Amino acid sequence: MFERGDGGAIELRLSRDERSLLAGLVEELRALLDGAPGDPSLRRLFPPAYDEEDDERAYRDLMGGELLDGRRTALRLVAETVDRDRLSVEEAETWLRALNDLRLALGTRLDVQEDTFAQELDQNDPRAPALAVYGYLSWLQEQLVAALSPG
Amino acid sequence: MSTAAPVEVEAPREVEDFEHDRPWIVIVWNDPINLMTYVTLVFQKLFGYSKAKATQLMLQVHNDGKAVVSSGTREKAEYDVARLHAHGLWATMRQD
Repeated sequence: MFERGDGGAIELRLSRDERSLLAGLVEELRALLDGAPGDPSLRRLFPPAYDEEDDERAYRDLMGGELLDGRRTALRLVAETVDRDRLSVEEAETWLRALNDLRLALGTRLDVQEDTFAQELDQNDPRAPALAVYGYLSWLQEQLVAALSPG
Repeated sequence: MSTAAPVEVEAPREVEDFEHDRPWIVIVWNDPINLMTYVTLVFQKLFGYSKAKATQLMLQVHNDGKAVVSSGTREKAEYDVARLHAHGLWATMRQD
C-alpha cells in the first residue's frame, strides 16, 4: 500500500508478488499502446472532446500525440520505479495516472458497470480472476489518492 | 463650452460577434470506472477548487450523470479538456 512518509515522500509497501503483477500489467498496456492503439479496450483512454466531427479531428491532430506520449511516459516511470520503497510526490502523481489508465483499460475490457461489485464475485464467472485484479487496482488507487490528498 | 445631444456611436453588435463571445463549457460525464475520490482530487489539482467544491462537483457528476466543471474561451476549454483527458476523465466541451 501507499503511505505518506517523511518530507512528503510516499512510502511504497508492496509485496514482491504485487510488484510483479503491476509490472506485468504495465507491460501489457505499454504493448497495447505501441502495437494496437486502435484496440477497443483503449477507447476510454482517449475520449472525444467534441461532438462535431471536424472539431474532434482537429483536437485529435493537435492533442492526440501529446496525450499518448504522456501515457507512455507515465507507464515507463512506473516500470522503472516498481521495485522502489519510496516515491517523490511527483512520481506518485504519475503512478496515480498510470494506475487509473490500467483500470480504464481493464475495466473497459471487462465491461465494468456501476453494480459490477455490488455482489460477491461469482467464482464460476470466467472474468473472475481479471475482476479480482481490477478490484485490487481500485483498492491500490484509493490508497494512493488518500496519500496524495491535501488536508 | 457647449453640450451636445448624445449621439449613438455604438454600432449594433453583429450576431456573429455575439456567437463568438458565448463562453465554452467543459462537461465531465459519469462513468463506472473512475473512483469518486480520484475525480475529486483531479478537480482540486487541475482547477484549484476547495475540497468542498470539488466534492460537490464530483457528486453532481455521480448523481446527475454530468457536471460543468469550467468555462471560458474556446482555447481555455480545450486546454482544460486535454488536462482532464490526460487524467483519464470523460470530458467534452461545447459552446454554452
